[in-house]
Amino acid sequence: MIRLGWSRTALKGAWEQPGGRRGLLLLALIVIVALVGPAFLPDPASQPDLIRGALLPPGFGHPFGTDQLSRDVLSRVVHGARISLSVALLAVALSATLGCLVGMVAGYFGGWTDAVLMRLVDGALAIPRLFILLLLIAVWDHIPLAALIVVLGATGWFGTSRLVRAEVLRLREQEYVGAAVALGAPRRRIILRHLFPNALAPVLVASTLAVGDVILIEAGLSFLGLGIRPPTPSWGAMILDARSTLFTAPWTGAFPGLAIVITVVAVNLVGESLRDALDPRRL
Amino acid sequence: MPGWLFSRLLQAAATLAAAIVVLFFLMRLAPGDPLAQLAGERQMSLQEVEVLRARYGLDQPLTSQFSAFVRGVIRGDLGTSISQRRPVTRILAERLPATLLLGGTVLVLNFTIGIWLGVLQARRKGSRADRWLSTLSLTGYATPSFWLGLILVWLVAVRWHWFPAGGMVDPLRSGESGLPRMLDVAHHLVLPVLTLTIVSMAVTMRHQRTAMLEVLGADFVRTARAKGLDEGPVIWRHAWRNALFPIITLFGLWLPVLVTGSVFVEGVFAWPGLGSLSQEAISGRDYPLLMGTALLVSFTVVLGNVLADLAYFYLDPRVRR
Amino acid sequence: MSPLLEVTGLRVTFPTAAGPARAVDGISFTLDQGKTLALVGESGCGKSLTALSLLRLVPPPGVIEAGSVIRLDGKELLALDAESLRRIRGKRIGMVFQDPMTSLNPVFTVGDQISEGIRAHEKVSRREAWERAVALLQEVGIPDPVSRAWSYPHQMSGGMRQRVMIAIALSCQPDLLIADEPTTALDVTVQAQILELLDRLREERGMAVLLITHDLGIVAGRADRVAVMYAGRIVEEAPTTTLFRHPTHPYTQGLFASMPRLSGARDRLVPIRGTVPPATAWPAGCRFHPRCPSAMPECVTDPPLLAVESDHTMSCWLGTTTRK
Repeated sequence: MIRLGWSRTALKGAWEQPGGRRGLLLLALIVIVALVGPAFLPDPASQPDLIRGALLPPGFGHPFGTDQLSRDVLSRVVHGARISLSVALLAVALSATLGCLVGMVAGYFGGWTDAVLMRLVDGALAIPRLFILLLLIAVWDHIPLAALIVVLGATGWFGTSRLVRAEVLRLREQEYVGAAVALGAPRRRIILRHLFPNALAPVLVASTLAVGDVILIEAGLSFLGLGIRPPTPSWGAMILDARSTLFTAPWTGAFPGLAIVITVVAVNLVGESLRDALDPRRL
Repeated sequence: MPGWLFSRLLQAAATLAAAIVVLFFLMRLAPGDPLAQLAGERQMSLQEVEVLRARYGLDQPLTSQFSAFVRGVIRGDLGTSISQRRPVTRILAERLPATLLLGGTVLVLNFTIGIWLGVLQARRKGSRADRWLSTLSLTGYATPSFWLGLILVWLVAVRWHWFPAGGMVDPLRSGESGLPRMLDVAHHLVLPVLTLTIVSMAVTMRHQRTAMLEVLGADFVRTARAKGLDEGPVIWRHAWRNALFPIITLFGLWLPVLVTGSVFVEGVFAWPGLGSLSQEAISGRDYPLLMGTALLVSFTVVLGNVLADLAYFYLDPRVRR
Repeated sequence: MSPLLEVTGLRVTFPTAAGPARAVDGISFTLDQGKTLALVGESGCGKSLTALSLLRLVPPPGVIEAGSVIRLDGKELLALDAESLRRIRGKRIGMVFQDPMTSLNPVFTVGDQISEGIRAHEKVSRREAWERAVALLQEVGIPDPVSRAWSYPHQMSGGMRQRVMIAIALSCQPDLLIADEPTTALDVTVQAQILELLDRLREERGMAVLLITHDLGIVAGRADRVAVMYAGRIVEEAPTTTLFRHPTHPYTQGLFASMPRLSGARDRLVPIRGTVPPATAWPAGCRFHPRCPSAMPECVTDPPLLAVESDHTMSCWLGTTTRK
């Protein structure tokens, strides 16, 4: 099918760029560590020795040290990778789907539907995403993980919908769509077979970059106590925990933060190389 | 007023209106009853809850709540803060200057240093400086602002004692005014500004580099050199002037980043602005205050976009018709 | 009288993944004051790069190879420092580029762009530079120059933009005007106007002109001499009338045979078979030999430069035999 072959080209194109290659390798490494690591590491929730095992600096038994509850920091960081990555991926998948749906509907049907939808999207884009999240989440005392993913996904589709709408509008004008209509093809088929595959490329790029954004936002929310709360080892929550111990035991907060930086850098490298590879000027 | 300006302002008003609609329904549609929350925390009796509900008009149907809200906004009344028992507008007005100071400084630094570095990267494309700066901007963009702030506090304030760890003024010197006070504020301003600038400058640098690279290869830059112009005017007057446009767009997009970043940074540094206010509103479940802040922030974003469009109009003759 | 412009052994190379591309590979020619030399060739033969080399505007990663010599009035241009080079550009040598839409800065007015060039070389006030710009606009045939000077490039037609480019090139009275495909991007009807304008200005100012083009048709009656370029080298050079009457190099002959003409019996145009090879893989010896109908075994070695007549040179092995 067209789509599969095209995404293979996209990956190949990303691989061929130096930044893209580094990003892909780094990301692969992170994913592998996140998947396999926990098998080799102590239980992140275990607090073996509260008296003498707390706040140990990085050393032989604990490469990243321990926190104030004597939990192994490395293990928590690795488990945190699982959580942050899956939350981000699921949320972005949701955003991409919503964005495509809304964008296609608005672009294809036009008229009042389009006007109303896009005006609302503009309004939503004017509100910084964090505030939308704050308003939505603040009602919960302790937001369940699934709800957090839904909320993150539901607040990230606005830009994508604009993108898709623009593509649909552009493609509508192309002659082969007119030909399909003249041949009597049903509207739905026109949208799915012709318009959709072409709009995929920018959406893929935007979504990849969005994964990095969501990781940062989720970390921020967790840091504010609103996202993933302790004792679950999400990176943001770990940094929140570390606030009281940071100055005497910096490893409690430094490593989770570094994990965020490295992961987002990897994701951005991949996203940007995808963008360059899928640049219409190259194709 | 010229036609284009009028229609642009109309558009901005419509966007703002849409934002208000979105904000209002966001809150009302979020699951959970805000008052029940509050009641639970403060252990109010059922009667007290009902009184509060009536006071905030929460017992009315949704549509009349909305129109009451809109009427209030038009009047300039954003309601009363639940936690502080004062008009929201007054609280916002008190905290705004601190954020403006922080944000304004970051803005200036961002767009001067960031632009200059981006242009430098473009001119020396492929050089070691270019690669290092690219790595720096990539990392800067990926760094959570709150974490960076904490690290800076730890290193610079706690270990090296170069700058204070938080607050806007030294509490022991609150009686001062004039120059000593300004210097004190400036002293406290350094770390939060540094944090926010590093994170936001990353974006500016990358965009400016890309835009500049495109323009440097343009034919009219070649013409400028063929005319015998000095390299300075070739780069800045001819090339950069055309590479400015993405930056203007960036300015419009950057405002939300500034606002969001300042929520975290102000929190970490206990800077008494709108950002830390938002955090307080969250923990106090103070919806009117949170709404008011969100509204003010959205207004700023829309305003920023209008200003960006104005700048575009002024700078790009092709846009004027 | 010594020539105004002397180019000897000019070489321009580009590093590519497939090896160095010797886009200009040993060009030599001279141009006298007040004369016009047309440099003719297909796209890809290196003529534009030759023009850019004269102002040292070869785009990176292209490099002008050591050993190349470019002399303007006896001064070695390739040895100049940045400031001296700057003073030559625009002042002694003016250049008109191919595409006036992209060659003019979209955000400055036309008058601004002309007066900028003037102020770069002469100490005049803004007002005076502006007035001179308006006068130049008049000279290049733009109607209502006073108000037109306030226009932006996107508000003008292609022909007018090219006139503006010419005005810019002439603003500081250069001795040499380089016109790189000045009419290629324009409509046919406008082409003639621009070429006539160039003619007139050249006569009035006594400038030397280096005219770069792929179109032999515009050369007739306009250039004093023609140099034909192929694959980075000059294959034939002669006064225009001579070249048109007796083209001797097979490539030149092929060019003429493939041109449509109004007069003379011609049922079919005869194209030159084959295509121009890439600059990374020039054929050995005479570069045209794979496409040449008269190719001989000797052609795989570099042919000598021969003088057909005193002012007519060409490089082809055919000239060494008694064949015509």
